[in-house]
Amino acid sequence: MSKPPPVAGTSRALRYLGLRCLQAVPTVIAIAVLNFFFLRLAPGDLVDTMAGEAGAATPEYMAMLRQLYGLDQPVWTQFLHYLSRLAHLDLGYSFRNSTTVLDLILSRLPNTALLMLSSLAVALVGGVALGTIGARWRGRWPDALISAISTVGFATPLFWIGLMLIVLFSVHLRWLPAGGMTDVEAGRTGLPYLLDVARHLVLPVFSLAVFYVAIYARMTRSAVLEVRDLDFVRTARAKGLAPRKVMARHVLRNALLPIVTMTGLQFGTLLSGSVVIETVFAWPGMGRLAFDAVFQRDLNLLLGVLLFSSCLVVVSNLCTDLLYSVLDPRIEVR
Amino acid sequence: MHRPFVWLPTRRSLLAAGTAGLAAAGLSRGAHAGDVAKPGGTLVVVLDPEPAGLVAGISISAPAVAVSSNIFDGLVVLDETFTPRPQLAESWETSQDGLSITFRLRKDVSWHDGKPFTSADVQYSLIEVTKKTHPRGNAVFANLTAVETPDPHTAVFRFSRPSPVVWAALEGTETQILPRHLYEGTNPIANPWTAKPVGTGAFVFKEWIRGDRIVLERNPNYWDKGCPLLDRIVFRTIRDAGSRTATLEAGEAQYGAMNPVSLADTERLRGSADLTVETRGFEGSAPMYFFDFNMRRKPFDDIRVRQAFAHALDRTALARTIWYGLAEPATGPIPSYQKAFYNPDTPQYAFDPKKAEALLDEAGLKRGPGGVRLRIDHVPCAYGDDYIRAAEFYRQALKRIGVELRVRTFDLPTYLRVIFTDYDFDTHSAWYSAYPDPQIGVQRRYWSQAIKKGTPSSNASQVADPDLDQVIEAIQVAGDPAERHALIRRFQSVAQEKLPSINLLELKFFRVYAKNLDGISFAPFGGYQSFKTVSTSV
Repeated sequence: MSKPPPVAGTSRALRYLGLRCLQAVPTVIAIAVLNFFFLRLAPGDLVDTMAGEAGAATPEYMAMLRQLYGLDQPVWTQFLHYLSRLAHLDLGYSFRNSTTVLDLILSRLPNTALLMLSSLAVALVGGVALGTIGARWRGRWPDALISAISTVGFATPLFWIGLMLIVLFSVHLRWLPAGGMTDVEAGRTGLPYLLDVARHLVLPVFSLAVFYVAIYARMTRSAVLEVRDLDFVRTARAKGLAPRKVMARHVLRNALLPIVTMTGLQFGTLLSGSVVIETVFAWPGMGRLAFDAVFQRDLNLLLGVLLFSSCLVVVSNLCTDLLYSVLDPRIEVR
Repeated sequence: MHRPFVWLPTRRSLLAAGTAGLAAAGLSRGAHAGDVAKPGGTLVVVLDPEPAGLVAGISISAPAVAVSSNIFDGLVVLDETFTPRPQLAESWETSQDGLSITFRLRKDVSWHDGKPFTSADVQYSLIEVTKKTHPRGNAVFANLTAVETPDPHTAVFRFSRPSPVVWAALEGTETQILPRHLYEGTNPIANPWTAKPVGTGAFVFKEWIRGDRIVLERNPNYWDKGCPLLDRIVFRTIRDAGSRTATLEAGEAQYGAMNPVSLADTERLRGSADLTVETRGFEGSAPMYFFDFNMRRKPFDDIRVRQAFAHALDRTALARTIWYGLAEPATGPIPSYQKAFYNPDTPQYAFDPKKAEALLDEAGLKRGPGGVRLRIDHVPCAYGDDYIRAAEFYRQALKRIGVELRVRTFDLPTYLRVIFTDYDFDTHSAWYSAYPDPQIGVQRRYWSQAIKKGTPSSNASQVADPDLDQVIEAIQVAGDPAERHALIRRFQSVAQEKLPSINLLELKFFRVYAKNLDGISFAPFGGYQSFKTVSTSV
C-alpha cells in the first residue's frame, strides 16, 4: 500500500469533510422534526406546570398564557412557526426561564464542556494508564487490584459517588465546596477566579471520571493484550527497542483505536451522564437545563437543547472518523 | 467571640434602630442574651426549583415569592394574629357599607431606579396586573371595580360588593405593587423587567445567572430605616435534596427555604448543633393534605363507602411515620391554627377498621375471592416521594378492609392532566394551600363552580352538592364579619358531614437555617417574607 501524495490527501480529506457535513444536514433536520412531534406526545404543557407551580389558577389565566405562548394554535401552525424560526436560526424564547433559548444554551455550554472535557481527559489518561498497567502485569496483583476497582467504579451509581464525596470532603473535612461552579463571594477575576472554578471542579470531575475510568481501563487492557502478541511488536522487540518504547509507540498506539471509537460514541452519553452530576453538584450545565425543561414541558427550550446536542454529536462523530486516519495511516478517508 | 461594641462605631445607630424594629415586630432574637446582631454580610439561601420570573405578582410560585418579597413590598403585611399591619400603606379605613377601602400611602418611598412611588402604581398593579395576569387575582379581587387616585398618596379601592376576603391577599407575598412607569402599555408577563425587577423593597436586584444563583444587594434608600441589615443575599439553585442538606451542613448556605431537605433528613437535623428546623411561618399558605374521591365514579357516590375509607386511615400514624411528625391530623378543611375561622366542633371519623368494614358491608361491598371487596386506583400528587410513600401507606391500610389499591404515579405535568383535565382516577391525594381565608384556598375543593376542567388545584373530586354550594356562596357575599365567621364555621361542619374528601393532615412546612441567624419572621407568611430584619449574631 503506497502512501498517496500529501496534496491529494488534503483535498480528499476536505471533500470527505464536505460530504459528511452535507449528509449531516438531513440528519439534523430529521432530528428537529421528530423532536417536535415526539415531545408533543407527553401529556401536559408549560402552562399546566406553571399553573401547578402557582398553586392556583383560573381558566382565564391559563387561556391567556396559552395565547401568549402560542400554545393555542393548531399543531401544524406551531410546526410551521418552528420551521420558519429555525430557518432564521432563531431557537425561540423560554417562558419558564424568562430569557431566550440561545442565551440559556450559550451560558450553559461552556460549563458543561468544561466538566465533560475535564472528566474525559481524566478518565482517558487514568483509564489508559491503569489498563496498560493491568496488561503489563496481567494476572498479578496490580491487575487484580485494577480489575476490582474498575468493577466497583462501573457498578456504583453516579449520584451515590457524588453525594458520598460531598459528605466526606465538604461536610466532614470541609476541604472542597459542596456544589456550584464558583464561590458566592463576588468579583473574582483572573487567577483567583480560575482557582475557584478549579476547586469546584474537583469533586464533579472525579465522580464522573470514576465511572469512565473503569470502562477505559478494561478496554485498554484487553486491546493491549491483543496487540502486544502481534508480529510487528515482536519485530520491534527483536530489533532491540526498549520495552517502554515498544509499549508506547507500537502497542499503545494501535491499542488506542477502540478507545477512540468508544470516546467518540460516549461524547453523546457524557452529555446525559452529566445530568446526574450536574444535579448533585448544582453545576449549571446543559444536562440539567434539558432535564428541567422536560419536567416543565418547556418545549422551546427542550427543542433547542436537543437540536444543539444532536449537532454536537454529529460533529464529534466526524472528529472521531478523522482521528482514525491520524492514528492509523492505513485507514483513509474517502 | 464577642466583638467589642466600639469596634463598629459607625454602625451603632443602625444597630439600635434595627434591634428596636425587631422587638416591635416580635421577631426572633439571638439564642443567647449576650449576642449582638451583626449588620452586614452575605446570606446564602438554597432554593428549589428555580423561579420562572422574579416578580411574584406576575409569575407567582413559592420560590418566586421567596426571592421577590425582598425586592417588592405590599400594601400591608399580616402579623402573627393574621391582622394587617402597615407596609406601603401607612393607614386605611373601610367605609360603613364595605364598598370602599381608602389607603394612605407612605410618602418617603421610591423605586430602585429613583422614581417616586405613588398611588398610580397601586392603581396600575391592582387593575392591570393582579386582576389580569395573577393566577388567582381575578377571583379574589372579582368585586374590585376601580382604584381611584385622588392624590399621589391616596388610593381608594371601590368594590361592587363587600369583599372582606381581599385582606388575606393584600400582603406583598400575594399582591405586589409594581412600578407603573416600567410596565404600562406592555403585557406584564412578557415584560423584560420581570427578569431584572425594579421594586421598592429592602433589597435591589443585582444579577440572575440561570441555573446557578440570584443575587440581591442592600437597598441603601429603603424607607424602613435600620433595614435591611444584610449587605447581600445569594439564592442558590440546588436541585438535589441530598446536596441541599450537605450544602447547609457544610455551612456553605445558611438558610433553606420551603422544605429544603428531605423529611427523613429533618429528623437528624433537628438534633444538629448548627441548624434549626423551623415549622412556623407557613400558617398563611396553610398546606392541607387530603384524600379525594372521584365523586362521579361508583361506588364513591355512596357516603358509607367514603366514611369507611375515613375510618380505615390512621392519620396519627400517617403523621408520625410518613411525615416524621411534621404534620398534625386534620379535623376539617381549615387548619386548627387559623383560629379566627377554625371550627373544632365538626363530625369526626376515628380510626376504626371494624367500623369501616361494617360500613362497606352495609354498602353492599362484600368480601369476594381473596378477601377483596373493591379494586380501585389511587393517584398521589407528583410533588415528591413523600406523597408516593403516603400512597403506599393507604394501600396497606385499605388492604386490611378488603380494598385493593393500585397506585399510579406520574411526573408533574402528566399528573396535572390526569387529575384536572381527564379526571382519570378513583382516588387522589394532594395538598392545597388553605391561605389565610377559606374563600381563597378551601372553597375551591368543595364548590361546584370550582369544577374547572383543565385548571390545576380546582375541584378535582367534582363534588357538586347543593348544601355545600349554598353555604359557600353565602360566605362570598357576606359583608358582616360576624355573620361571615358563623357561615365559615357552618361550612366546615357541612364539609365534614358530606365528606367528598377526607381531610388528612395539616402539613407543617419547614425552613432549615443556621442557629446564629437573627430576625427570622414567624408571621403567617414568614416562610416567604423579606430578609430585611435578618442578621447574623456575633
